[in-house]
Amino acid sequence: MKSAHGLHFKTYLLIFLMVIFGPLGNVLLGKGMKRIGTVSIGTTAGVIDLLSRVLTSGTIWLGIGSLITFFVAYMLVLTWADYSYVQPASAAAYGMVALLGHFMLREVVTPTRWAGVILICVGVLVVGHTPPRTTEPN
Amino acid sequence: MRQLILYLLIVGAGTGGELCVSRAMKAVGEAKDFRPVAVAGVIARALRVSWMWAGLTLMGIAFFSLLMALSRENVSLVVPVTAMSYAAGALGGKFFLGEQVTPRRWGGVLLVCIGVAVVIMGRR
Repeated sequence: MKSAHGLHFKTYLLIFLMVIFGPLGNVLLGKGMKRIGTVSIGTTAGVIDLLSRVLTSGTIWLGIGSLITFFVAYMLVLTWADYSYVQPASAAAYGMVALLGHFMLREVVTPTRWAGVILICVGVLVVGHTPPRTTEPN
Repeated sequence: MRQLILYLLIVGAGTGGELCVSRAMKAVGEAKDFRPVAVAGVIARALRVSWMWAGLTLMGIAFFSLLMALSRENVSLVVPVTAMSYAAGALGGKFFLGEQVTPRRWGGVLLVCIGVAVVIMGRR
């Protein structure tokens, strides 16, 4: 019983990390690339210029760090949890993006989008009530 | 026709890639120690499993297919197709990984699928 509880806890924890760091990484990368602006990569000098701007951008490094955290959490959770559990559960990230956009960036989130977020959250709750692992551990 | 092939690659190769990564991680075995050295060990072991490389290759194909599709069609048309990945993922989990996808889990997957399509269509 205790091990089932532990399995649920670490599964929820890693999916929570995925839901936070996946969208965060995408937003930071997008922000960082926009700050860099348009760069011509038709020449070697253009490519070197782009690389030097990318590699010296703190926002881009934070984005890369967030995406690495996301992917490591994803790899770890898949060592025990079902893919058919993790994949839909991590769709909660869509809700996170809408909430971040609405409350932090003051973006307009349309009623249709909120309706979709509610559907996803209900779907995630339904999937969350199934056992995370249905196969025998190796 | 070309667009249909791209959509099939986005959903098929994308989900197929994730299923292969999942298979590789199952082969590595359950992670129980989350200290940085132990996590690095899990990743190193995963990189020695051929399913992992197959998965990363398929995910790369899906990514470039998405870029090609986006260069031909509007985002609002292309991206809702990715919602199909959730249904494909449940099917793959059942038949490729041998997971038990109960009717309840199917119900949840269906809700997520519809929800993702609604979110993407409601962007603007």
